[in-house]
Amino acid sequence: MSQSPGRELLHVDGLTATVAGKTILKGIDLTVRAGEVHAIMGPNGSGKSTLSKVLAGHPAYEVTGGGATFLGANLLDLEPEERARAGFFLSFQYPVEVPGVANGQFLRLVYNTVQGARGREELDPLEFDDFVRDKMKLLEMDPAFLDRSVNEGFSGGEKKRNEILQMALLEPSLAFLDETDSGLDIDALRVVAGGINALRSADNAVVLVTHYQRLLDYVVPDYVHVMEGGRLVKTGGRELALELERRGYDWVAQEARAA
Amino acid sequence: MSTVLQNLIDQPYQHGFVTDIESDTVPKGLSEEVIRQISLKKDEPDWLLEFRLAAYRHWLTLSEPAWPNVKYPPIDYQDIIYYSAPKPKNKLASMDEVDPELRRTFEKLGVPLHEQAALAGVAVDVIFDSVSVTTTYKQKLADVGIVFCSFSEAVREHPELVRRYLGTVVPAADNFYAALNSAVFTDGSFVYIPRGVKCPMELSTYFRINTQESGQFERTLIVAEEGAEVSYLEGCTAPRFDTNQLHAAVVELVALDNAYIKYSTVQNWYAGDANGVGGIYNFVTKRGLCQGVNSRISWTQVETGSAITWKYPSCVLLGENSVGEFYSVALTNHRQQADTGTKMIHVGRNTRSTIVSKGISAGESNNSYRGLVKIGPKAAGARNYSQCDSMLIGDRCGANTFPYIDVQNSTARVEHEATTSKIGEDQLFYFASRGIGNEEAVSMIINGFVKDVFTQLPMEFAVEAGRLLGLKLEGSVG
Ligand SMILES: Nc1ncnc2c1ncn2[C@@H]1O[C@H](COP(=O)(O)OP(=O)(O)OP(=O)(O)O)[C@@H](O)[C@H]1O
Ligand SMILES: [Mg+2]
Repeated sequence: MSQSPGRELLHVDGLTATVAGKTILKGIDLTVRAGEVHAIMGPNGSGKSTLSKVLAGHPAYEVTGGGATFLGANLLDLEPEERARAGFFLSFQYPVEVPGVANGQFLRLVYNTVQGARGREELDPLEFDDFVRDKMKLLEMDPAFLDRSVNEGFSGGEKKRNEILQMALLEPSLAFLDETDSGLDIDALRVVAGGINALRSADNAVVLVTHYQRLLDYVVPDYVHVMEGGRLVKTGGRELALELERRGYDWVAQEARAA
Repeated sequence: MSTVLQNLIDQPYQHGFVTDIESDTVPKGLSEEVIRQISLKKDEPDWLLEFRLAAYRHWLTLSEPAWPNVKYPPIDYQDIIYYSAPKPKNKLASMDEVDPELRRTFEKLGVPLHEQAALAGVAVDVIFDSVSVTTTYKQKLADVGIVFCSFSEAVREHPELVRRYLGTVVPAADNFYAALNSAVFTDGSFVYIPRGVKCPMELSTYFRINTQESGQFERTLIVAEEGAEVSYLEGCTAPRFDTNQLHAAVVELVALDNAYIKYSTVQNWYAGDANGVGGIYNFVTKRGLCQGVNSRISWTQVETGSAITWKYPSCVLLGENSVGEFYSVALTNHRQQADTGTKMIHVGRNTRSTIVSKGISAGESNNSYRGLVKIGPKAAGARNYSQCDSMLIGDRCGANTFPYIDVQNSTARVEHEATTSKIGEDQLFYFASRGIGNEEAVSMIINGFVKDVFTQLPMEFAVEAGRLLGLKLEGSVG
């Protein structure tokens, strides 16, 4: 996929960020072009989810240095909802539950809001119902999930599927998928990975945060980055993931310290 | 973060204007003389003056209840105007004769008068400061024997009915505010649905407090005879003032055998400013008596206004198989305080009650649910289901639940469920990450939260109530 470089979607440059007075991101550099798949791996607590939330605009995280552009615009100037409308999508590691709000209604609001913002046609409830059921079929999701409250009581794997369903509805330019594979059983992993692949095109890109090779067997990365202590300390091709699986992270950290 | 939320819910009060109409008032203060003056102005029969004076004498022996979970400076009952009526008071033959200033006021409030009333199929008995100004659809109702008029008119035209039922559900001595109301009430609404008649339309009254410092003491009495049915809507808004205004209404409902009364309220009185200055004190006694077998009384309320709300619409389930229901949404913001809930008193056999209470607290407000479920010794087979949910918006507000359960019959079944949830930063961020701004997210979460209550409201009212919650929760973000 990376023979002729696509246009630049995301460019992160020396990004540092704090949360609750603690510096978590200590200078992130990352460029993602259309058509690419990136994987970010790294030990627990190294800052992978923090990076995803900072890019998506979570108000609790404060950017203290560096910058980020998305499709040429200053990403950090945009409100979180504007980032989403512009085509940045985050699949959460821990999707929140929203009791009392029907998932189907939520999905329709989400879909129509983003469609409206892009000057595209919105769907009435009946049209949307057909549309969303098609997408759910792709992910082998029971339509009963439309009537339940958003994520409420969903199993870990069901929540992840619901995240990818939203990705399928929104067709983002850049999807940042934070541990979408954790919580999925073996069959579900195949189905969800199939869904992600079906959404890929030469115009969009995917960043996968994962701890395991198995997702990368299905969604093959062009680049693998290792996050360590708030920095991307090593970048390689898909073979790096295999090596990490074999050897763990210690050697990467040692190498980074030596450098 | 909390500033974002705060901005959302800091929508200024939109009904804060004063209508400039000359008022005919009695001097400030409360005494037997003032009560006699009120009674005289209203040309009342002696029995009613006696009812008032007895209530007044009893009131003098009472003190304000101290148990509600609300705080306010002492009220000076001698500093209140107890009677105020708009002038001129000529009889109005049609809507066109209504004071244009007054009509503009109602338009600003969105009251469906005139053709709007006809289109909506709503008969509106407009209360403007204590005295009824106009009543529509009266003839149509009269054709089926329904009486729907101001309380004063009922006293003149149907004294025997008023006398038979007044004070039978809420006795004058019931509590401090009920006694005060019984002494000084000025006007209100009266509804009588004769045996077997199903009221062909929703009956609606808009209450409105206008004169500054005029306490409002409304009296409502609704009687549904055997097999009768009625749905009654009460909507409330008030203009903005800086002094607290006392409102102590009494509502009595009587349902005979197989009768059904549905009473819905949307209350949006001035709640005071962001610092808790001004606003209405809403101390109300509402009670329904399910006197007959299979009778049913259903209270639905959406409380969004007032500085302080003290209110427990209750049902006394006397008749066998009678049913009491209470569906409530209470929203408090800024320094608002609400202590509201219900009492379900099961007296008869196989009586059933349902309580669904949804409290929403924002700002620095305090929202308490207080409910009593009492199953008397003869209430064999009685059942109650209560669900009390609280939603917190931000970190500085409070929510409390005080359920009192008193079961004196071992065959009764009582179930109580309670939850507390919070609209948190992570929920709002989840919506935002999907392109939904905070305002819309809060509104969607709140609408989901109140759904079980809103489905109980009559259609037209549900729309109005939704708009009201929207008003309270929308605003500029960031
Ligand atoms: N809101 C917060 N308050 C305090 N500390 C936080 C907050 N959010 C993240 N952190 C801390 O920042 C560090 C990085 O967390 P982050 O969730 O980004 O790690 P991660 O790389 O995604 O880990 P994992 O692989 O376990 O998901 C952790 O030490 C975490 O405790
Ligand atoms: Mg993580």
